[in-house]
Amino acid sequence: MQKERIVGTSVLRKEGIAKVRGAARYIDDTSFPGMIFGATVRSAIPRGRILNIKFDDGIPWNEFTIVSAKDIPGENTIALINRDWPCLASEFINHPEEPILLLGHSDRHLLTKAVNAVRVEYEVLPSIHSIEESEWGDIIVWGENNVFKSFQINKGDVDGTWAKADFIVEGEYTTGAQEHLYIENNGVIADFTPDTGLTIWGSMQCPFYVHKSLLAISALPEDKVRIIQVETGGAFGGKEDYPSMIGAHAALLAMKAQRPVKIVYDRMEDMVATTKRHPSRTRIRTAVTKDGKLLGADIEFTLDGGAYSTLSPTVLSRGTIHAGGPYFWPNIRVRSKAFATSCPPHGAFRGFGAPQSLFAMERHMDRVANALGLPPEELRRRNFLSQGLTTATGQEIREAVDLDHLLARAFELSDYQSKRERFNRDNPTAKKKKGIGFAAFLHGAGFTGSGERYLNSVAAMDGTPDGRLRVLVSSTEFGQGTNTILCQIAAETLGIDYDAVEIAPPDTSVVPNSGPTVASRTTMIVGKLVHSAALGLRQTLQSGGLLGTRWTTEEFCAAVRTHVARYGSLRSDSRYEAPAYVYWDDEKYSGDAYPAFAWAVYVAEITLDTVSYGVTVDDFVAVQEVGRVLNPVLATGQIEGGIAQGIGYALYEKVQWDRGRMANGQMTNYIIPTSQDIPSMKIYFEELPFASGAFGAKGIGELPMDGPAPAILNAVSFAAGKDFNAIPLMAEDICASLSAKSVSEEAVAV
Amino acid sequence: MSLGSFSLRINGENRVVEAYPMERLLDILREHLGLIGTKEGCGEGECGACSVLINGELVNSCLIPVAQADGAEITTIEGVANGEDLHPAQKAFLACGGAQCGMCTPGMIVATVNLLNKHPHPTAEQIREGLNGNLCRCTGYMRIFQAVEEAARTGSEK
Amino acid sequence: MRSDPRDYEFSSPGTLAGALSLLNREPGQWLPVAGGTEVMVQYSSGRLDARRMLNLWDIQELKQITEGADSLRIGGGCTFAQIREHSAVQKYFPLLAKAAAWTGSIANQNRATIAGNIVNASPAADSPPALLVHEAELELVSTAGTRRISYGDFHLSYKKTALKPNELLLAIHLPKRFVKWFSYCQKTGARNAQAISKVCIAGIGKLSGGRVETVHLALGAVAPIPLRLRKTEKVLLDAELTKHTVAEAQRALAGEISPIEDIRSSAEYRRQVAANLLEDLLESFAASECGQ
Repeated sequence: MQKERIVGTSVLRKEGIAKVRGAARYIDDTSFPGMIFGATVRSAIPRGRILNIKFDDGIPWNEFTIVSAKDIPGENTIALINRDWPCLASEFINHPEEPILLLGHSDRHLLTKAVNAVRVEYEVLPSIHSIEESEWGDIIVWGENNVFKSFQINKGDVDGTWAKADFIVEGEYTTGAQEHLYIENNGVIADFTPDTGLTIWGSMQCPFYVHKSLLAISALPEDKVRIIQVETGGAFGGKEDYPSMIGAHAALLAMKAQRPVKIVYDRMEDMVATTKRHPSRTRIRTAVTKDGKLLGADIEFTLDGGAYSTLSPTVLSRGTIHAGGPYFWPNIRVRSKAFATSCPPHGAFRGFGAPQSLFAMERHMDRVANALGLPPEELRRRNFLSQGLTTATGQEIREAVDLDHLLARAFELSDYQSKRERFNRDNPTAKKKKGIGFAAFLHGAGFTGSGERYLNSVAAMDGTPDGRLRVLVSSTEFGQGTNTILCQIAAETLGIDYDAVEIAPPDTSVVPNSGPTVASRTTMIVGKLVHSAALGLRQTLQSGGLLGTRWTTEEFCAAVRTHVARYGSLRSDSRYEAPAYVYWDDEKYSGDAYPAFAWAVYVAEITLDTVSYGVTVDDFVAVQEVGRVLNPVLATGQIEGGIAQGIGYALYEKVQWDRGRMANGQMTNYIIPTSQDIPSMKIYFEELPFASGAFGAKGIGELPMDGPAPAILNAVSFAAGKDFNAIPLMAEDICASLSAKSVSEEAVAV
Repeated sequence: MSLGSFSLRINGENRVVEAYPMERLLDILREHLGLIGTKEGCGEGECGACSVLINGELVNSCLIPVAQADGAEITTIEGVANGEDLHPAQKAFLACGGAQCGMCTPGMIVATVNLLNKHPHPTAEQIREGLNGNLCRCTGYMRIFQAVEEAARTGSEK
Repeated sequence: MRSDPRDYEFSSPGTLAGALSLLNREPGQWLPVAGGTEVMVQYSSGRLDARRMLNLWDIQELKQITEGADSLRIGGGCTFAQIREHSAVQKYFPLLAKAAAWTGSIANQNRATIAGNIVNASPAADSPPALLVHEAELELVSTAGTRRISYGDFHLSYKKTALKPNELLLAIHLPKRFVKWFSYCQKTGARNAQAISKVCIAGIGKLSGGRVETVHLALGAVAPIPLRLRKTEKVLLDAELTKHTVAEAQRALAGEISPIEDIRSSAEYRRQVAANLLEDLLESFAASECGQ
């Protein structure tokens, strides 16, 4: 068997040269003749009714294109799962910064003045600013009871375990909102002509999501809406749902102005107006034997969804399914709800509910171990999932995953045991206390349950008249390596050089719908489709007698040219087929939740400075089992980037809410780690090839988001000798917890 | 309130721009001169995506009125390569995976060039400090540090 | 970008005399801009009230650092990069060199000027505590000539300084007599770079026979102005640095500061950390051999 030459090696990023030259063109680098700019007038209050809109003097309003909800030809909704998210507020406002009017003008600076010259008068209505307020139900802001969605997972008989338990441990764990902070803000350009219809170029993850939303808004037929993704400067889920909104806005202006319209947000608008990670509250009650066997868990998992449901149902779903962590629970119940509150709707963010519920479980496990007097790793070892055991949804683990081994490797690489002992010994007399902690976790790759079947993805490959090979997918590049990986897979399968394969721009009028670029599915699922499409294309040439049993790249490309010249085109499509053994019951919410899981153990070493109460992460070890690593540099980069975001999530990134509005919407005040804050990281991969994934790969994009926060908080709790169960954990929180008496009290004592 | 005429030497070329004195150097580069490699990430001097060199010093071009750059020698990302030949920093960023989404990359590379000009063989600490005004959200900085070390190894020239 | 460049006037006299002349003719009409790291942020976010900018960046008379026998003179237009790299600053005023290195990022340091920082009068600025403890003297200049004022008297209240509408901060004078003293500074912020201080402390001192002979202490971000801790210093004078003295000093400190709650931190945190920093400083002081 021929050894792989391309898959498994760190070939250079496909679009890398353009990026390092500064030649890559993002949406704000592009202009069209006659193009004007668009801006958005947004609500100043969290909730109310619009009474009146006035336009101040001093602005030449007659030069402006002004769009309101009345101008929407189709439905005033950004269609995702439900249809409750208005494109423009018509009568009611349900969160601060809700879009009300759109203004278009060729003068960008005048446009800013115009936005400030629109006066909206409101009748203020009661608003909700926490999960608890929403639960109380005094104020209803959505539906009948503020609940966007709820789930329940039941396995075995949890209520029967309490009596049998030697220990019952309870805890509440909370996580805050997190801002994506991609370095490129949201931006689109829209153009409309009656002949060609609507075209939208932009920074986005899912061109076909935008396509679907724009059909509803524009009331145009499918072939008169065309969406093209351009170079995208980071996304992390923040450009999964939101581009449909900004795209609709630009489209509406373009349709009315009959000019191309560019809308690009500045940093503050992007931070205050677009989606964030769902804040969460998890309550866990576990029954355990004195030998550290988990008997049962009752978990209440709750999300704050913001003002409209958007993707809350699916975020809740993933968080619910991951709530049990990588452990065998003979009995477990998870009851989850997503509540409406009066802030901009929360949305997709790398991890998608799992970082929230896994944070809770991993903090809880350390606390259970403490209650039992067991080392935290021993508690894990006695309860890890392994081949043959079932998850909370009853999914049987079919792979030979060995979490004990991952744990041992992580401990070895981080010198965990001896450090833990040393820190224990030295901390009592140290001003800078050291801590080391870990988290064990899993992350399901691909869409949940029947999701992939429903997506029904298609990928294709074609050959061009001049002999180039193209990958045709709707999967987008935004830094994670889509272009590179898919071209590697194609080149390997076709048996030609990596440089002979390119990837077509994700243009909905050209490429098939291979599904959204989310859920850690691109390499595993779309990659597999590209692989079979490539096989199909190769077989076409072979069965046509244009290709023998061995070939050089030149010979292959010559065969392509010949075929295209002879028959007009050369294309091979491949449609998703679910692995036969994957079965999911949407009613009972049980069965095979994901085609595959990636598994990991992360270790964080920290210093807690008792003078400033600041925590720095000094060292980080990440060991994960991910199937097959198709490009080591890219894979390592994904893990490192995810760890950095996880560190931010745990210790640095706090959204300050002021009645539903983000008060710290600037990079000065919303803090992410700089190059001087990030620890050294050791990243290791274990590989158990997954048969249904491309070349054995499983997904890794979101996995690294789940581990850092609980590992870090476990380390801090160890260092401080106190439990910390909420993130972001700021120095102020540690100060409040640790500073014993105030100085003035001490004076009295003396 | 009235347009001025400003002479800038950009990547070795003399240019004259007619602009308002308070137009940001960033916008002059991107909109007047079509040099779109320099990016706007925040407009408040925090992210470094707009980094350029002015008279050999690293600055955030979003915070500089063009009037204050009159007569200055400016290097943008477009001027880092030597025509077709990539700068060692650019080659290293490619080889080591230092660029993911690419948005911070131009500023990051300009900051790297600046660092290597001052410290041809920087320590790990000097690398971290040299890049402390360039935020990256994708890489976690590790591959970037590696790229800088690689660039130092393969030799840096202006 | 939330401001319109067309709305702004920009004057570049190019010389100190030219700038002062303009300020004298039309006081309060022109906003001096040096490196722009503060003004341009406000401008970009649409929060800049001023419309007429006076360019100081190209005025060479402001950009010199000159060393005399007894003092160092730092021109107001010197950048933090210049300041931290200057050998005399590193030798005689290491706390100032550190504060300069903590300011923003490398790119910010290449533009931000010390006069801009002082005149902007943020109570959380990094350099003022170092300047206060070294008893800096400011040299202010107008068409009427120069005058000197102790830096300790410069900040009057929150964002109000003794600078007259027709004046510029010409130079900062730092006496070199502290070179053998104990020195200590620390900054606490949200991260290791590009962080505005939550609390920052600077202190210099001398011990004599195991007692405090002199001590100068200053804190940033715990009061409306950068604060010299006179009351706390008084408690420490002549005292041995025992746990009891430290506690007394912390009590005095609590009485001198008035930290607030803001977007960056809480009053309680600032109060507690200020006390911790003082303790840490005094412990280091006690362990040092300065003047003993």
